[in-house]
Amino acid sequence: MPKLYTGAEIVFKCLEDQKVEHIFGYPGGAVLPIYDELKNHTSIKHILVRHEQGAGHAAEGYARSSGKPGVVLVTSGPGATNVVTALTDAYMDSVPLVCISGQVPTHLIGTDAFQECDTTGITRPCTKHNWLVKDINDLSEIMHEAFKVATTGRPGPVLVDIPKDIQFAKTKYIKPKKDKKLNGKSNNKFSQKQIDQLIDLLKNAKKPVIYSGGGVINSGPKASDALREFVELTGFPITSTLQGLGAYPGDDNQFLGMLGMHGTYEANNAMHDCDLLINIGARFDDRITGKIDEFSPNSKKVHIDIDPSSINKIIKVDLAIVGDVTKVIGKVNKTILKKKNGHSKSNKSNIAKWWEQIQKWRGKDSLNFVNSNHSIKPQHAVQRLYELTKDKDTYVTTEVGQHQMWAAQHYKFNKPNRWMTSGGLGTMGYGLPAAVGVQIAHPEKLVVDIAGEASVLMTMQEMSTAVQYNLPIKIFILNNQYMGMVRQWQELLHEKNYSESYSEALPDFLKMADAYGCKGIKAENPSELDEKIQEMIDYKGPVIFDCHVDPNENCFPMIPSGKPHNQMILGPNDQEENKIKGKGKALV
Amino acid sequence: MPKSKSAYSVPTKKEKSDTYIFVVWVDNESGVLARVVGLFSGRGYNIESLAVAEVDAVKNISRITIVTTGTPQVIDQIKLQLAKLVPVHKVAEFKREDKNVIFKEMALFKITGKKKKMEKCLNACKKFDLVILDETKTSKVIQITALRREIDKISKKLKPWGLISASRTGAVAMTRGAKIFN
Repeated sequence: MPKLYTGAEIVFKCLEDQKVEHIFGYPGGAVLPIYDELKNHTSIKHILVRHEQGAGHAAEGYARSSGKPGVVLVTSGPGATNVVTALTDAYMDSVPLVCISGQVPTHLIGTDAFQECDTTGITRPCTKHNWLVKDINDLSEIMHEAFKVATTGRPGPVLVDIPKDIQFAKTKYIKPKKDKKLNGKSNNKFSQKQIDQLIDLLKNAKKPVIYSGGGVINSGPKASDALREFVELTGFPITSTLQGLGAYPGDDNQFLGMLGMHGTYEANNAMHDCDLLINIGARFDDRITGKIDEFSPNSKKVHIDIDPSSINKIIKVDLAIVGDVTKVIGKVNKTILKKKNGHSKSNKSNIAKWWEQIQKWRGKDSLNFVNSNHSIKPQHAVQRLYELTKDKDTYVTTEVGQHQMWAAQHYKFNKPNRWMTSGGLGTMGYGLPAAVGVQIAHPEKLVVDIAGEASVLMTMQEMSTAVQYNLPIKIFILNNQYMGMVRQWQELLHEKNYSESYSEALPDFLKMADAYGCKGIKAENPSELDEKIQEMIDYKGPVIFDCHVDPNENCFPMIPSGKPHNQMILGPNDQEENKIKGKGKALV
Repeated sequence: MPKSKSAYSVPTKKEKSDTYIFVVWVDNESGVLARVVGLFSGRGYNIESLAVAEVDAVKNISRITIVTTGTPQVIDQIKLQLAKLVPVHKVAEFKREDKNVIFKEMALFKITGKKKKMEKCLNACKKFDLVILDETKTSKVIQITALRREIDKISKKLKPWGLISASRTGAVAMTRGAKIFN
């Protein structure tokens, strides 16, 4: 007779077979049998967080920086509801998470039992799929399926809800099937004909631009290699979404910087004026497109995406290629090389004029800011942080707000998986727990959370986690005493009525660092900034860095809401030159 | 145009909406209907009618028929979003005007009143495969099968003649000819 295992044992056998090394979680009544089993599985390390949302974001940071799925373990009721924000965040940004939640025993489901909630009902709209395991005999297969669904096709979060009696019940364990049919949900059925069509468009383009996104990161490091080769072969300019940063080197001459609401002048104008737009693994998010009717009005549009529902969702495209970026771009590169016959050269001369135009736009230097000797400008702080950490293969996470955009604008990423930020959902409080997860996946690397003081307070409790596991994460707080992005919008659109956006009664971050048992550093003056940043980098342990920055700084350039790409508001230098006249005034 | 005070763009011009019928083959498991219906409500699509039942007990497959309205872009999205759901096997969509597809809906009507008025009701329903399911001196329960629009019309007509209760199944659909949808 085959050996029988309890549900809790089966959970761990599945995790072992799925090569899981770390789980982020928080115990509670309905998952105690699983926690009890933890001691028997030494290859799996459990990271105890301080709030289940932290577990979710840590798993996201872990997944985004390593390419492996993040695993979360929480209890029923509040444990499950607390993780909902992180699941939604992962769903929006296509991060593979497997969340295991405890549930009250099956006979109590539906009776409003203690710590009961309809977990699968609550998480249905924020997961790719979820399961309530009602029969112990289904458990192994559901667990394996959960990993499959989370990691194949467009990745995303899944949840497996396991009632307590199922965790105790016994049955046989079923190993994962190899080459299991992928449920028909993995889409990789593009044709050579489509590739040829794309090549034709490439050949005839005079004003092309490549717009790459998080799909390139999700497709793995090989996708970034393929993308780099593609850009080199074509000589085309490339811009990137927030999530795509790092897929193409941020300091390369062909890179135009980020596009979208706070993207560069050259990237957005190139998007607007181009005659060929090649979207690689991005989804025409509303922060990218601006006004839909006037989005890139004169271009042929190509969309390469693994998710067929992303195509024509917002912007109608002329050529859609549904497939994995690595495979599609790999094929494109091969075809270009095969057909070369001097094509790539002639094409580069085709677009010489376009590059001249782009250089003119670049001349605007749209990321400029007026630096100061008296107060630290937040942009300057990010630039110094970049200069002092760029040789270290640094991993950067962020919270959400002005600091996030400054980080995206001024920190140049050269490798994929080095940049973890909450883009789709825009979750304040993402960065600190995400840094915890990144550091777990990369114990020897420098991990910095570029934070705002308002955001970081939302998940500050995870400093305890960092201290417990001696994770040397650096929390670099651009402290402007405001919810800066809220204040900026209020300044621009609500007649400077700064309703509730001032961070009253902020804690003393140095004392806070002390209380958590980590190091606190404070910088208030531009002259001491470099030295203090270096001190932070050199310190072998977690650091909270309180960087006091100019509270009135705004994040520019910016596309005001409902405007097309070619109507940007530029920074203070340009505004002074042009005195925001005529059309510009209407925008502000 | 008024100045937008939001972080979002203002809605752009809308295309014309049409009525479509979706047929969705799903695993008959708990929660599957909630997933399909939740997708519609969560993404702001509307459901005019919904019919669902198991059609293959061996393979455990249910067939859901949904009548909805939307612009071509929205209809496309509904189809692609439905196809992404894990328990969904295939999705077909038809325009209401599609001549190759048969749409039918069944209705049960309870009619009460004087004999003469009830006769009037029966006459009006004759062309819709009328079946009388129950009769008393003062009431009748009848069954008709017709298009949604026809049932809309006839139930309106029967109201003053003594229709006191109506129950409808929602439309179901099937293609004409020997071919099946794959």
